[in-house]
Amino acid sequence: MTSALSDGPIIEVEGLKKYFPIKRGFFTTVISGESVSVKAVDDISFFIKKGEVLGLVGESGSGKTTTGRLIVRLADPTEGRIRYKGKDISKLSSREMKPLRKEMQIVFQDPFESLDPRMIIKDIVAEPVHIQKVAKTEAEVEERVKQILREVELVPPEEFMYRFPHELSGGQRQRVAIARAFILDPEFIVADEPVSMLDVSIRAEILNLMLSLVQRRGSSFLYITHDLALSRHICDRIAVMYLGKLVELGETDTVIRKPLHPYTQALIAAVPVPDPSSKRIGEVISGEIPSPINPPSGCRFHTRCPYAHTRCAEEDPPLIEVEKDHWVACHLVDIPQNS
Amino acid sequence: MPILQLDNLTTNYHTARGWVRAAENVNLELEKGKALGLVGESGCGKTTIALSILKILPAGGRIRGGKILFDGQDLVPLNDKEMRKIRWKGISIVFQGSMNALNPVFKVGGQIVEAIRLHEPDVSKSDAYKRAEALLEMVGVEPSRVNNYPHEFSGGMRQRALIAMALAANPKVLVADEPGTALDVIVQAQVLQLMRSLKEKLGLSMLMISHDLSIVAEVCERIAIMYAGKVVEYGDIDAIFKEPLHPYTQGLLGAFPGITEQRKKLISIPGQPPDLLNPPKGCRFNPRCPYAMDVCKEKDPQLEKVGSGDHYVSCFLY
Repeated sequence: MTSALSDGPIIEVEGLKKYFPIKRGFFTTVISGESVSVKAVDDISFFIKKGEVLGLVGESGSGKTTTGRLIVRLADPTEGRIRYKGKDISKLSSREMKPLRKEMQIVFQDPFESLDPRMIIKDIVAEPVHIQKVAKTEAEVEERVKQILREVELVPPEEFMYRFPHELSGGQRQRVAIARAFILDPEFIVADEPVSMLDVSIRAEILNLMLSLVQRRGSSFLYITHDLALSRHICDRIAVMYLGKLVELGETDTVIRKPLHPYTQALIAAVPVPDPSSKRIGEVISGEIPSPINPPSGCRFHTRCPYAHTRCAEEDPPLIEVEKDHWVACHLVDIPQNS
Repeated sequence: MPILQLDNLTTNYHTARGWVRAAENVNLELEKGKALGLVGESGCGKTTIALSILKILPAGGRIRGGKILFDGQDLVPLNDKEMRKIRWKGISIVFQGSMNALNPVFKVGGQIVEAIRLHEPDVSKSDAYKRAEALLEMVGVEPSRVNNYPHEFSGGMRQRALIAMALAANPKVLVADEPGTALDVIVQAQVLQLMRSLKEKLGLSMLMISHDLSIVAEVCERIAIMYAGKVVEYGDIDAIFKEPLHPYTQGLLGAFPGITEQRKKLISIPGQPPDLLNPPKGCRFNPRCPYAMDVCKEKDPQLEKVGSGDHYVSCFLY
């Protein structure tokens, strides 16, 4: 949709890893001599262009939320680099991150838990302005709050500013969370399943609102979701994750119409079709996502893959560009490159 | 004759602020061996209908009118003891939130055996275990897992175990409340596939409740769309998907884009569902309806047949 993307990526992720250690008893650790960890994100690399909407899609446990949190540095990466506008931010302390927080914001999944129940809407939305000290007077803060509330269609703003979150519906709360994220005019937004807790009839409205805010500001947008059908309609590019790894990345149309990785194919085939005449669910792959504590060797999908062969169990396929802007990590498409 | 028929069913919840009109004058028919989908947003009364059918409403909930005809017998006047003969053997239910519906401190097999022996006391324990194993096998769970605890099962397996449990006493009607939600897409597709094959293999009649039109489209022949406690559109699923008549149905279909469709701007329904303590006068959808006329604010539309096929809509536009 947005095509005026020229001046380099806004976010570059390189070899990003996040392992969460598992606490075990002292003796077990001493005897086995090794520590065990959940490999939530395991060596992924991608970039987000300026003004782009990138969808990060995967099942629960695929590491998509962790990736989102790592990029805005709400979690510390175990290894790897995150560059924001060319600057490495993966090792910055929270103090050094503070000025950057103005430019990168996050909208969480659950509007019932992401708003402080004891604060009124005005204070919730104004908090980033206060923390970043970007407004000089209290009147200016109030003006900014009013303006952003109007933008997220909580009108008239005076009617909402002095209410508490419990007085609002789920959709209205998510609008407040969006207003809070956008009040500093960020250049990069992460939205972690922003509509999955909302009723179906208002989902589209909230998504359209976020998109128009992003487009108006020319911000970049990482949209984390499990819903392939919705992401098809809003994302420029889609990245598919499975068990901490990126398996496919490309333009939305390419990924949906011509998926190359068997997992992407399975995901697309499993999405129910709102059309009774095509009662298909023909081929559904069996099994469920394995534990990330002890992921399968080689390609992590080989235990469920209908096309798996011996090489898949031994070698981890790298993410390679099989055609322009279409990256896949699968031995099946590992055609020898003419270099 | 339909195996299950709701005739003007009205279920309300009593609260300190008055009656919450969760379901009002609902008429539905479920034919033998068929599946009927009941679709609507949260708070539209779809779960209330499921709970009314089994008469397991929470405190405060009361059936205030209408009939529930199961095989021709009205369930509304039955007392608890009589209802117990209907539950599981006649009608059984797969609850929403499969992750929490199993008891964590008992083995899965034991919970299925309990259900069998409660309804058929003369079955010996070892026979009941054999049946539990067969049931698990039927729903695609390794029978040897009968001695596992729920926490040893994955989400999809727990959902399957719950379906097995619901089928323990060979019911005629299965009520499934949001069978796919909270599961990952691929597992959800597996469960839907299972429901469809069970329906065909066992000749089950199914009432499937969901907020997701596309899930219902995978399994059901007929569909009822609910909004704010009322059925707004009802009939053959192909007819409704091809030509949705009620503005709410049109909005819902617009909000669920297909993955194969052309990319488009998502359509939404402005506003939010009404407070059922005090529903709007006239058609309950009129405050959100783009076509609302004066009559919609005054009079309550009735569900009426349109055209020649199996298609009913409750809207003054038709």
